[in-house]
Amino acid sequence: MSQSITKSSSDLSAVTSERRPTAALEFGHAWDYAPAPESPDHVRIDPKYGLFIGGRWVTPRSGRFFQTISPSTEQVLSEVAEANAQDVDDAVRAAREGYEKYWSKMKGSERAKYIFRIARAIQEKSRELAIVESMDGGKPIKESRDVDLPLAAAHFFYHAGWADKLDYAFQGRAWRPLGVAGQIIPWNFPLLMAAWKLAPALACGNTVVLKPAETTPLTALLLAKIIEEAELPPGVVNIVTGAGETGAALANHSDVNKVAFTGSTDVGKRIQRALAGTTKRLTLELGGKAANIVFEDAPLDQAVEGIVSGIYFNQGHVCCAGSRLLVEESVHDLLVRKLRDRMMTLRMGDPLDKNTDVGAINSRMQLGKIRELVESGEKEGAERFSAPVKVPEKGFWFPPTFFTGASQSCRIAREEIFGPVLTIMTFRTPDEALEKANNTMYGLSAGVWTDKGAKIFHMATKLKAGVIWGNTYNKFDPTSPFGGYKESGFGREGGRQGLAAYVEVE
Amino acid sequence: MIHENGNGSGTNGNGAQALFRPGLGGGGGVGRFALFEPPKVDAVAVEERVAALGKRSIKKATKVAGLKLAVTMMDLTTLEGKDTAGKVRQMCQKALRPLEEDPTIGPVGAVCVYPNHVPTAKEALKGSPVKVASVATAFPSGQSPLPIKLEDTRRAVDFGADEIDMVIDRGAMLSGDYAKVFDEIAQTKEACGPAHLKVILETGELGSYDMVRKASDLAIAAGGDFIKTSTGKIQPAATPAVTLVMLEAIRDHYYATGRRIGMKPAGGVRTAKQALQYLVIVKETLGDAWLTPDLFRFGASALLNDVLMQLEKERTGLYQASDDFSKD
Repeated sequence: MSQSITKSSSDLSAVTSERRPTAALEFGHAWDYAPAPESPDHVRIDPKYGLFIGGRWVTPRSGRFFQTISPSTEQVLSEVAEANAQDVDDAVRAAREGYEKYWSKMKGSERAKYIFRIARAIQEKSRELAIVESMDGGKPIKESRDVDLPLAAAHFFYHAGWADKLDYAFQGRAWRPLGVAGQIIPWNFPLLMAAWKLAPALACGNTVVLKPAETTPLTALLLAKIIEEAELPPGVVNIVTGAGETGAALANHSDVNKVAFTGSTDVGKRIQRALAGTTKRLTLELGGKAANIVFEDAPLDQAVEGIVSGIYFNQGHVCCAGSRLLVEESVHDLLVRKLRDRMMTLRMGDPLDKNTDVGAINSRMQLGKIRELVESGEKEGAERFSAPVKVPEKGFWFPPTFFTGASQSCRIAREEIFGPVLTIMTFRTPDEALEKANNTMYGLSAGVWTDKGAKIFHMATKLKAGVIWGNTYNKFDPTSPFGGYKESGFGREGGRQGLAAYVEVE
Repeated sequence: MIHENGNGSGTNGNGAQALFRPGLGGGGGVGRFALFEPPKVDAVAVEERVAALGKRSIKKATKVAGLKLAVTMMDLTTLEGKDTAGKVRQMCQKALRPLEEDPTIGPVGAVCVYPNHVPTAKEALKGSPVKVASVATAFPSGQSPLPIKLEDTRRAVDFGADEIDMVIDRGAMLSGDYAKVFDEIAQTKEACGPAHLKVILETGELGSYDMVRKASDLAIAAGGDFIKTSTGKIQPAATPAVTLVMLEAIRDHYYATGRRIGMKPAGGVRTAKQALQYLVIVKETLGDAWLTPDLFRFGASALLNDVLMQLEKERTGLYQASDDFSKD
């Protein structure tokens, strides 16, 4: 290793004084990082998990189990119960009983104690939970460790704080809980999405039947164990695993008062159709195709970081990902050059390695979708760049990629790819940036990069997106409401606004 | 507007006055964009980025290779009023052979002393690859007339210094007299002759990353071979965030010209762990080419022994007592 260093040093003296305007930076192997895997040795994953209903672990009436695998190795991690309509019915009955008997009668200050307890247990077990999250979902350990876990705990802490202060949350108006909430969550942030859904529902006095995604059920099941250990009254939280049919049974159940769904726009539309004409309340957090807008006067080097975290964070499996980069034409070439060099340093591989920046694609199916859209981008004539990462033999992988020379009409500029694929387009004026940014059926999020504060505010008032980041991207906080416009859904999660999704205000 | 042709009230013939006075349009393209509208820096994001890089896990072979590399990048420094020939000679011994037991470690990149000690250091290091760096230009404040600073520089070079570590006039920098800062660097570069010039920005006195960026661009444009954070006499000295901002200036200059400028964080780098974090920042910002003492140095005194202690720990599995390492 030291030899290669010496070598590059002697090469260097020859070129130091030479003027090579087109010279590229070299990100090679002069000083490679040795593998630094987080050890999963002390993590216990049961070979089989039942359903968590009424405070007990039960075998599914369906009698069926499905396997959950690690997308980075394709190894089977565990077998998980597949809940059918009867199981869902059991869970909803348990939730109703939990609501009538315990949770609706409990004072807010008492509910808070339970929720605080869950928050603290998540903190205490955060290392184990982070490892399982990375094993089951494929995301890099540095993200599950530094983002998913701290935020999941923060959501419980934050909402625990609201539980006895709800009289002050709605301008002094009276409120009451909705009853039983059916919550269906996605596979991109399995534990964090469970926290986003559970914490406000519980704080506001509702009971819950939660269905995690079929590719990533494990951390929700570990959370069920935490809830069991926290001795929540039976039926307050019920966790049923399964695929689309389980979710449909939950959403369609007649004794559910509220459905909260995070996932694809297609499924969201189906749920909304199914709920039409019922008294059920609904919130949907769906897809996105966010514009990340970089002006010529932006801090470009930091914008590059924001672009990278905007689209390559969690392999781009982020509904608010900055998947369209709109860059002022005058800095396009420089920014693309900087971005390309930055991507040379991205490390794709073992999600448990502490130096991994980009993990595995969550499932074979998702990988297929990404590939199909990337091919369409190539066919439509956009120019593709993919980071020259080494792809492991096993598992599902897609290298961080961007397209230049795409137009607004390309599929890669219109459809949500939900992968590490960025589409770069240019604009000339702020109005053009706005027009292009808003020219989408989605409206979840947007980013604006400029050194001029007034420009950020101007853009923020005109962008049709629920979340707008100024000179940063993909920042989350339980105090800040999150949610979409247009086909990105409705309802907010987080903040005071998020509470409204779980109460009836009189 | 009288400055526009570069011949206004300039104190020199090269037109720098016109180019680098704030608010006035200069004719030349390069300087004006680079100096008066240098790329903006977002403080929050810079600090986030270095915090993220600080979490790289550097273990085993990577750690040993990194620490050995760090030793070769060290400017072993003594800059005290009580410096003597004896002290300097002892430091030079340490520079040549940092760890008696292990000849594969070192030698360090350079020793850094005051001009009066250059002849002693030169003599002690004769025949070795270790360079002699001397501070000059009325170090550390730089608050002396330019002719004195230039004479200081010439003397140090005459004494045999291979490298000159100059200070910029922070007073001029903060009052917006960029022309003065630029001219002093350019003239010091001229006074250096064959010696390499490191330009100390004293970032701890500049007050913002934007100002650090501006001073970096200025120092590079005026002919500095290296840019350096600090004198070591002011707190804060080097920080990872300030270093990143300066590396970004170096990167933009490389993009524009293909010329590689060196970087030297100085002061405040005391532990092996910190040194590795700096190497990570360099590696992931500028790439392999900068992982060499020709382009990256640490200005430090206490750092060396901590690095040696870590290297011995990796070799033997045990931490040695600090008295096992010579304190030269």
